[in-house]
Amino acid sequence: MSSSAAVAVQASEIHPAPASATIEIGGTAIRFCPDRTGFADAIVPRYAAFLNNQARPRYEFEVSLRTAAAPADAEPRLSRSGSIWSIERGDLQADWDVRSHRGHARQEFSAYSTDALLRIVHTLLLVEEGGFLLHASSVARNGRAFLFAGISGAGKTTISRLAPRGAILLSDEISYVRAGKNGYCAHGTPFTSFDLQPRAENISAPLGGVYLLEKGPENRIDAVDESTAARSLLRNVLFFTKDAGFVNHLFEAALEFVSRIPVRKLIFTPEERVWDMIR
Amino acid sequence: MSEQFIARGPTLAYRMLGGETIIMSAGDSTLFSLDEVGSFIWQKADGRTLDSIAADICEEYDVTPEVARRDAEEFVAALVSRGLLVLSQEQPVREKS
Repeated sequence: MSSSAAVAVQASEIHPAPASATIEIGGTAIRFCPDRTGFADAIVPRYAAFLNNQARPRYEFEVSLRTAAAPADAEPRLSRSGSIWSIERGDLQADWDVRSHRGHARQEFSAYSTDALLRIVHTLLLVEEGGFLLHASSVARNGRAFLFAGISGAGKTTISRLAPRGAILLSDEISYVRAGKNGYCAHGTPFTSFDLQPRAENISAPLGGVYLLEKGPENRIDAVDESTAARSLLRNVLFFTKDAGFVNHLFEAALEFVSRIPVRKLIFTPEERVWDMIR
Repeated sequence: MSEQFIARGPTLAYRMLGGETIIMSAGDSTLFSLDEVGSFIWQKADGRTLDSIAADICEEYDVTPEVARRDAEEFVAALVSRGLLVLSQEQPVREKS
């Protein structure tokens, strides 16, 4: 056998390494290192605006891709033991160490599982910084961000899509709020309904205010007192865990937020001119 | 209940805000809010007995001891059933108020 033939055999056994993908949201990058090829391609359509493989990851997950053992919509169970957080859902099992910043995810070949893991990890990271994820759409306009919170059907997506030219969508479902030295900022997120085309951009803007949405016969803004604002906000904050220390932190973060950011009720009809009132 | 000590539950987040108290249960993230009188009783529920709390209500509000005790007992029972207050036979260490 010639030496060139031997080289040819070895070459045929070399496969390209599965490409990792780094998803950066709110300036926090999380890298996923899958055990099979095609993972990055599978998630590109959802996270295209948030992929940044040059970013230095705050967490790195090895990803073992597999077939789901249970339906994906099962309620996630999040628990903590020492420095290790664990999540268990039908389509996803993951654990990560807050000291080493490394973790392992066993999940479906789907952005749906990745999305759940991202939401939970970001929620846990944000609370350390006085921030949270919120069931709200968010839009940046004229250099400031506005959040529109409400239950399903309240009009979060509707109002974000009525935004005038020049406005930038940060999220039409889950908003990202972080406390900083100079106040609160809202950041773009890729978290949207899986039946919607991703449109959100990966930018941030200082937070101008929060509107509690309610559809009605006219466009009107009503003041709300601080306790109503707090209760409304807390109903829309993503919690995920029953860990008492964590819930306490998030509770305090939400109350601090309503003491500093204006929260109002926006009653609106689905027409563009409602945006004349938002400032 | 009269001989028992009344204290706030261990896994709750709460804060007074604009005359009411907002409470969140860590177990299920359920929210509760208490009005002014409820907030007053909540603040007093730091290991005191029902009689002690009823006496505090009489001092603060224009109400007879009988009414204060009855209202406090109903209120405490309602919060105990929701896990927000706990009853114990032994006096817990009082929180600093």
